[in-house]
Amino acid sequence: MKHLKSVNRKAGRIVQHVEGEDVVALQQGPPQQTPPAPHIPLGCTMVFSPGWEADSKGGTAGLCTPVERDLFDCHEGCFWPAQVPDQLNHAPNWTAKCASAQKDWRKIDLVFP
Amino acid sequence: MTTVGLREFHSFAASGREFLYLVPSAAVFELDDAASAILARLGRGEMAPGELVEELSTQFPPAELRETVNELMRVRAIGASGVPEPEPTRQMPPANFPLTTMVLNVTNQCNLSCTYCYEYGEDKIVDTENGRKPKFMSEQTARESVEFMLRESGDNPLAHLTFFGGETLLNLPVLKSTIEYARRRAAEVGKEVDFSLTTNATLLKPDVIEFLAENRVGVTISIDGPKEVQDQFRVFSNGTGSYDIVMPKIRELLRRHRTRPVGARVTLTTNHLDIHRIFRHLTEEVGFWEVGFAPVTTSPNRDYAIAESGFDSMLRQFQSLAADFLDAALAGRHHGFSNVKDTLEEIHKGVSKPFPCGAGLGLLGVSTDGDVALCHRFAGSDEHKMGTVRTGIDRLVQIGFLEKHHIADKTDCSRCWARPLCAGGCYHEAHTRYGDTSRPNLHYCEWIRAWTDTCLRIYGELSARNPGFLEQFDDGEKYEASQVS
Repeated sequence: MKHLKSVNRKAGRIVQHVEGEDVVALQQGPPQQTPPAPHIPLGCTMVFSPGWEADSKGGTAGLCTPVERDLFDCHEGCFWPAQVPDQLNHAPNWTAKCASAQKDWRKIDLVFP
Repeated sequence: MTTVGLREFHSFAASGREFLYLVPSAAVFELDDAASAILARLGRGEMAPGELVEELSTQFPPAELRETVNELMRVRAIGASGVPEPEPTRQMPPANFPLTTMVLNVTNQCNLSCTYCYEYGEDKIVDTENGRKPKFMSEQTARESVEFMLRESGDNPLAHLTFFGGETLLNLPVLKSTIEYARRRAAEVGKEVDFSLTTNATLLKPDVIEFLAENRVGVTISIDGPKEVQDQFRVFSNGTGSYDIVMPKIRELLRRHRTRPVGARVTLTTNHLDIHRIFRHLTEEVGFWEVGFAPVTTSPNRDYAIAESGFDSMLRQFQSLAADFLDAALAGRHHGFSNVKDTLEEIHKGVSKPFPCGAGLGLLGVSTDGDVALCHRFAGSDEHKMGTVRTGIDRLVQIGFLEKHHIADKTDCSRCWARPLCAGGCYHEAHTRYGDTSRPNLHYCEWIRAWTDTCLRIYGELSARNPGFLEQFDDGEKYEASQVS
């Protein structure tokens, strides 16, 4: 904080809280504190995939729903196991209507076994 | 882009600087010029951050403004319009909250007949004359109370035991034996007990003073001021004033009892609101270390009740005495106006209270027969009973009480910026005024806000000019029970 100076102890705790490591939102830019430990595999945020753009407030803090967030990057290209339907056996056509993720991601529906 | 607007806070200036008191977090921040300008502009209406930055860019670099908007958002001084701050969760204290202070009413009898007394006067709750409660607490009940206190204090290494009455010293034998017993039992269970009492000073004989000093008992004297002030209400049953009786004893106490600071506790009535004079008399002329003032608790129709205009004049005097306090604090000198000091401590810690005080939570009163009540002012009242020292705290009653008295349910308080410190005010005051402990004390809202603002300014001034003074509030346990009144 440069423009607000914490005066009492509660203010100190608030500053500590808001300046602590931010694990969700990316609005504040990369973490400034040391050690600079990136918590997101580099790359995820660079490509377009459903769920990574922005939430209703223009930030990313609200994007926690795994089926949206992890949809393509995580279950295909990354190490992270994502909760998606089994496309090999039970739902081979799950993404059939989604030719381009950027345009068609809303067409991906839930799977009811 | 959505617009942003002001969130809940109280702003104040001190020492040429601008400050914010955020609600409900109770954090105090000092603002720089950019932050002040942004808040001033948003005070005239909500606007989009982009426009805000553009409008103020003649005075500050845009990057700096954006950064400041961001900081103000993060501490929740401002926020997106139409998006309400998440309702603070209605947090209840943890279950089996430990007892920190037990107030033991060792007697409900008194040798004075103070007209305004909440215990015996016109607004009393408990019939102390013809009621079924014993007039004096027995040694057995006192011991059971000590066991209760040690048991209910949980993991706390320190328990506060405050003796109260009636006139506490009327039951000196039980007082003495209880201190001895509590000390021994506490040592056995690996705890410490801090003792204090409140007395009208009429029975402070040399051997009593000696005992109090030797045992490091914190003493608070109920006294109203110079002779003509003291003698108007603090009288014996035949109407004689008590000043001439108590004063030599008080002087002797102050001379002899040096192990703990001795405080005076003044009840203010509409007849005597000359706070400066009372303060000077009790500190400079008599020698009290601290003086705390409290307006008389009474229903509004009593002729000694402080009316609205009286609150105004009381406020002006409090403020001017507080200015003296500030001068002393800036110069590093002690000043005994304890009302300021207590509030400064709460501001410093950033206290944000769900309940106005510790009554029914960390503080409980015990009546002469061992019934546990909300606080000493309700001790003996069946309506406010919360268990007995023998059966323990009735946790269901306790939770029920706390549920009903949470600040979240005091609609009148929901928009008041002073609620982190006030939380609706004294239960007993509300009971006396409105017949209901859960009602906020709306008759003194203006006074509370003005007084809180005064203390915030003093706090701001000290933070700028003598921050070292505030360090005393950083740690260390306060002898919170020594000012029970």
